[in-house]
Amino acid sequence: MDATYAVEMKSISKYFGGFCALDNVDLCVQKGEIHAILGENGAGKTTLMNILYGFYEADSGEVWTNGQKREIKTPKDAISLGIGMVHQHFMLVETYTVLQNIILGDEHIKGPGVIDYKKAKAEIKKLAEDYHFNIDLDAKIQDITVGMQQRVEIIKALYRGADILILDEPTSVLTPQEIEELIDIMHNMVQNVKTIIIITHKLAEIMKSADTCTVIRRGKNIDKVAVANTCEKDLAELMVGRAVEFTVEKQECRRGSALLQIDGLVVEDDRKIKKVDGLSLELFEGEILGIAGVDGNGQKELFEAVTSLRKAKSGSIRIDGQDIQNTSPRKTFEAGISVIPEDRQKSGLVLDFTIAENMVLEKVQNAPFSKHGILDWKVIRQNADKLTKEYDVRPDGSAGMRAGALSGGNQQKAIIAREISNDGRVLVAVQPTRGLDVGAIEFVHNAILSERDKGKGVLLISLELDEVLKLSDRVAVIYNGRIVNIIDAKDADEKRIGLLMAGGEGA
Amino acid sequence: MTKTTVRDWLKKPIVGILLAIAIGFAVGAIVLLIAGYNPGEAYGALFRGVFSKPKYFAQVTIKSTPIILTGISFVVAFKSGLFNIGSEGQYITGALVAAIVGSQINLPPVIHFIVVILAAMVAAGLVGALVGFLKSRFHVHEVISCVMINWIMLYLSNYMITLPWFKKAGTEASVEALESSWSVVANNWKTSEEGLQQLAGSDSPWAEALLKTDLNYGILIAVIVAIGIYLLYKNTVKGYELRAVGINPHAAKLAGISVDKSIVTSMAISAAIAGLAGALTITGVMPHRVTQLSMHEGYGFAGISVALIGGGSPIGSIFSGIFYSMLTYGSASIQSETGAAGEIMDIVIGVIIYLIAISSLIIMLLNRKSAKAGKAAKNG
Ligand SMILES: Nc1ncnc2c1ncn2[C@@H]1O[C@H](COP(=O)(O)OP(=O)(O)OP(=O)(O)O)[C@@H](O)[C@H]1O
Ligand SMILES: [Mg+2]
Repeated sequence: MDATYAVEMKSISKYFGGFCALDNVDLCVQKGEIHAILGENGAGKTTLMNILYGFYEADSGEVWTNGQKREIKTPKDAISLGIGMVHQHFMLVETYTVLQNIILGDEHIKGPGVIDYKKAKAEIKKLAEDYHFNIDLDAKIQDITVGMQQRVEIIKALYRGADILILDEPTSVLTPQEIEELIDIMHNMVQNVKTIIIITHKLAEIMKSADTCTVIRRGKNIDKVAVANTCEKDLAELMVGRAVEFTVEKQECRRGSALLQIDGLVVEDDRKIKKVDGLSLELFEGEILGIAGVDGNGQKELFEAVTSLRKAKSGSIRIDGQDIQNTSPRKTFEAGISVIPEDRQKSGLVLDFTIAENMVLEKVQNAPFSKHGILDWKVIRQNADKLTKEYDVRPDGSAGMRAGALSGGNQQKAIIAREISNDGRVLVAVQPTRGLDVGAIEFVHNAILSERDKGKGVLLISLELDEVLKLSDRVAVIYNGRIVNIIDAKDADEKRIGLLMAGGEGA
Repeated sequence: MTKTTVRDWLKKPIVGILLAIAIGFAVGAIVLLIAGYNPGEAYGALFRGVFSKPKYFAQVTIKSTPIILTGISFVVAFKSGLFNIGSEGQYITGALVAAIVGSQINLPPVIHFIVVILAAMVAAGLVGALVGFLKSRFHVHEVISCVMINWIMLYLSNYMITLPWFKKAGTEASVEALESSWSVVANNWKTSEEGLQQLAGSDSPWAEALLKTDLNYGILIAVIVAIGIYLLYKNTVKGYELRAVGINPHAAKLAGISVDKSIVTSMAISAAIAGLAGALTITGVMPHRVTQLSMHEGYGFAGISVALIGGGSPIGSIFSGIFYSMLTYGSASIQSETGAAGEIMDIVIGVIIYLIAISSLIIMLLNRKSAKAGKAAKNG
């Protein structure tokens, strides 16, 4: 009725089997506003947006856009209504180039069956320039960072003429600088009468960017607030239902002997470019060593070399003096390295396996999970029941669910539960809280700290400076494949680290 | 809302398969009508040609044995993300080795049989392992090496048959495998004096099924293999690893599962099962020997169909293999009773396979249809 609403979703309910993911949820988004949706992991945010975008059909309820009732059955319908969506987990073809991915499904045709790449390229270049997206259109998706992949997704939606843009956790992979830029872009867009719906767990971003915020918890509406009249603390409380601590209690670091030693490491990427170039560092027992750096400065290759996924050119990696460089992922695991990988869906989980199966991915061949090569399902299931309860992997009974049916944040919690329960001596965590809600982050941070207090060494590779500063005992700044400086956490401040990350000397 | 449930229901694989079968028969009926035959009569003939006598059904089971196994063979590779279209060549490998070991070595019954099938499985398994090795080591796509191996094995078999120690004089075939290696049901009794007399004297159709067919233990072995493979995937560490590699090699690799090793293992198991199919044909079915072939017999491709109709499961392959062989065996009755070409069944099978292969597309079409209704509402 009211034409000033770009999107109205009325009493939306959605069941997955017997499980109620959404229970009479309402969402009203005004034209030209930035509307945030806030909720815990598994609250139903992605599901609600998937209904708006035509991926799922609601079991009941109505969807209106621009004052008219719509039946959105497929994403195609949504696109034709000017709705675009950037998913939490990207939907790109790995072996295609950036350009090919952007025009996929919406190709300009030069003649029958001939794609007009030139025209498309010019158009996309302009879009990218308008929004200050610095991307190489001819690079293959598999060769670019997750952060870059996301820009591709955003441009893809814009290229399709979206007026209403849904962003599902767009910032979880961006650097602070990139987040600033994205927020500028969003403001730019609403000035051009575009409407943005953004899902994010980062309260500061909501405060900085959004006009209105709808809060849902366990599939139910909790509140709708004007952002101007609220604060981070209130939002967190609304969302979780209790007060949340933003700071962590940190005990004094009791550093033991050296655990992981990396010396003069050189690693090349697939294109034979030296990404890690003479990197050295030492990780001690009972400490958290944070690696801070701008995306693409060798973090990925460092991770891959430490886990033996990629062969190092030279240098050495030792754990307790034992050489583990260029062995195999299993050997590094057996040597005591547990890893939380960057991309949970690609490297962390087998989505078509149940959570119970995923929980033993590295150790299924060991007792008690199997004996003489025969799986013990009872033990595997009990292990998963225990871990999902302990780490609050929702919904109840998630142990028996297909991993792919869990919400993004709960998938992440499952990986964290598995890796910490591996009880290795070194934990390599890449963006461990990516996509987690504030309550879950609080929990995971405490879990990581308690590992450290037990004498484990934690190598924390994160693009989130906040997190690095909050957790680390020492901060190593990586730039151009080298550690340019290691600073004691007490002396580290955002400004100084930021300067080093950008390649500034002598900070 | 009812629409949703119908669609959810349609997404269940078994429903899709049964629907595909029904549509396949419907298309066959239409073709028969156009050609001027009564489809009811033709399908009646098909049914009688399969079920009216135990002998017929015995034939169906005998013929289903190799394709159930090549079907399972396909399933095994597929679970690890591999496309084994080389089961034809692996089948030939198995048959050839079975004929050699069956004819050149003299061992007591049962033991001889066991040695023959083990030898055949090992040989075919090595062929499969080679394919897996080429893939994991040199990135040679398995489809390419499989096609090459299909032809290499065909010609190797033809060549072996020309060798004097193996060729049966005056024929285009090898010598027969010795009776001690056979897996024919009640073979000794069936061929003994009193057995012959008793069977000839009886007019029981069951006696006929025993006497006039090559009823053999192969089908039992196929069922055991199906169950074994099912348990392998359900209950063993190996099976877990093979599945993980098939679904997400990246995650499997990071978790310490060797993707290369799994590829080789999966191809070896897959090929060994196809080889077993060939061996069981030699031990179970007349004339217990390999013959000169100008082209492939099609067990490999039939196996792909069986695997697809069986919903990609080893147990399902038992049923789909029997179903497939009912159609092909029964088609002869259509021809003899109604005069319609038996190839009509190829059409039915073809339609079923296509439908199953594109069943995801059907679901999409269903979605599209309701979307159109939605658009009409919007414009109106
Ligand atoms: N395909 C599915 N099958 C079964 N359950 C599902 C499916 N998709 C989502 N769910 C369930 O619905 C609930 C809501 O999931 P959703 O992905 O919408 O959460 P979310 O709010 O986006 O969480 P997150 O912040 O972790 O991304 C979860 O409990 C999830 O397990
Ligand atoms: Mg989500």
